[in-house]
Amino acid sequence: MAQDVCFLKAQLKEKEKEISALKNKLAQLEKTHTSVLELQDRVTPLTPLTAKAALSNEDIMRYSRQLLLPELGVQGQLNLSKTSVLVVGCGGLGCPLAQYLAAAGIGRVGLLDYDEVELSNLHRQVLHGEENVGQAKALSAAHAVKRLNAAVECIPYHLQLSPENALQLIQQHLDLADLIYDIVADCSDNVPTRYLVNDACVLSGKPLVSASALRMEGQLTVYNYCGGPCYRCLYPVPPPPETVTNCSDGGVLGVVPGVMGCFQALEVLKIASGRGSSCSQQLMIFDAQDARFRSIKLRPKKAGCAVCGENPSVTQLEDYEAFCGSAATDKCRKLNLLSRDQRISVQDYKFITVNQEPHLLLDVRPPVEVDICHLPFSLNIPLSSLEEKKSEHIQLLQERIRELKQQMAGDCWPPVYVICKLGNDSQKAVQVLEKMSGSDLDSITVKDISGGLMAWAVKIDPTFPQY
Amino acid sequence: MAAPVSIQLEFGGGAELLFDGVKKHHVTLPSQSEPWDVKQLLVWIQRNLLKERPELFVQGDSVRPGILVLINDADWELMGELDYQLQDQDNVVFISTLHGG
Repeated sequence: MAQDVCFLKAQLKEKEKEISALKNKLAQLEKTHTSVLELQDRVTPLTPLTAKAALSNEDIMRYSRQLLLPELGVQGQLNLSKTSVLVVGCGGLGCPLAQYLAAAGIGRVGLLDYDEVELSNLHRQVLHGEENVGQAKALSAAHAVKRLNAAVECIPYHLQLSPENALQLIQQHLDLADLIYDIVADCSDNVPTRYLVNDACVLSGKPLVSASALRMEGQLTVYNYCGGPCYRCLYPVPPPPETVTNCSDGGVLGVVPGVMGCFQALEVLKIASGRGSSCSQQLMIFDAQDARFRSIKLRPKKAGCAVCGENPSVTQLEDYEAFCGSAATDKCRKLNLLSRDQRISVQDYKFITVNQEPHLLLDVRPPVEVDICHLPFSLNIPLSSLEEKKSEHIQLLQERIRELKQQMAGDCWPPVYVICKLGNDSQKAVQVLEKMSGSDLDSITVKDISGGLMAWAVKIDPTFPQY
Repeated sequence: MAAPVSIQLEFGGGAELLFDGVKKHHVTLPSQSEPWDVKQLLVWIQRNLLKERPELFVQGDSVRPGILVLINDADWELMGELDYQLQDQDNVVFISTLHGG
């Protein structure tokens, strides 16, 4: 009896040990599984990728069609699996890029974006779906990539790349053996980030596969690679902020960043597999309108470059928003060109229409935007026509003002209210019209409708479309 | 006297918007005592093609930062930049850098 009790106790202890081991194993598995798609809001250390000794049967089947290419082969595929790529921006470029990298069997992708998915992103940011609107882009992209290839390690970073975190992210440990991201892809949408990514790549010695797209055109170059130039060698001085157009102002056909993002994936895969990119010191220009690619030979690395030259003045990351004079986002800037008495709110304008006060509503957007939506009774004269003083437009404006004056009692002129999408161009138009008032035009009172049609849609008429 | 020079000018990356949206311009630079160089070409463009807002295209006697100049499909820096002497049938491209993504 005593012996039986002893035996059972020992057996129970054994089983408890087994249960505890299983629980540990489960916890470990669950932890690694969830951590794969755990959204990072700061830079956390990563373990270096280990090289696979050989391809598994599943790998061979999965990648068979590309393994057949002598340009890739088994060694190239093994090289891909030990390469980690940081994708800066999960938008129109980053989505197709991450998709093809994952499909091809890249080892790790870091997916970085500070932004959330919006409905107006979906025409080009093809990893995100309708159900992801409002979600962090990095997480949405990571889920899509994971669905495509579970073997790819995905690290979503919901953060803004900054001088404080960039080097930490790309380099992680100063010990060269532990470099975490091998290649950086610039898929960002603004000038300060492009300088920041460039400098971080130069300082950490990483190749930078950079692309951009707007309207119907795209550009691609591989910087800081095989002794070639860096972004600063080409563009030592940032462009004046007023000359930079973003996708929400200029528009972009979705397939254009799609083509450029795929092109970036191609160059990343060539570098990662060991073939090498041929886009160092080359600028690829894609013109979607003319269906034409063009390859331009660029200047070599500049000895006097501020960051990659012989005596660099930039030896650590700096304040890129100050350097460029613009914010590190592609959100529209809000200009403040006018005094308070030169502007009215959308509520004031609503009051004017309800009271049927005589006035002229001047919409200064380009015709393509007026086609999307406009307020009834507005006269459309684009800002550019006003700036150029196009005579037929100035005459039209003059006629409309005089017609209105005739309908009014007494000797007063009808006020002109100027509107555009967001209230920036309309302020410029007010300045232009004020200069013309009394010379090119009769003396008129001109006011800007603050916040433009988008403010009208939000505050006054929810049925008015937003774009 | 140097003979007139016929060249093709191209504008891209949004720079064409300063030229009524027209990307390609075939132009003939008149005969003058000195050979035409790029510096003089920029002045000619300002006087003859660019009517408004020159600050979006030029700065000082060069192009503004963010515009890349290509001469016969090569970065103008490889060709001598402002001092490059234009040849008949040259192709000069002004590309505004894109930043969108």
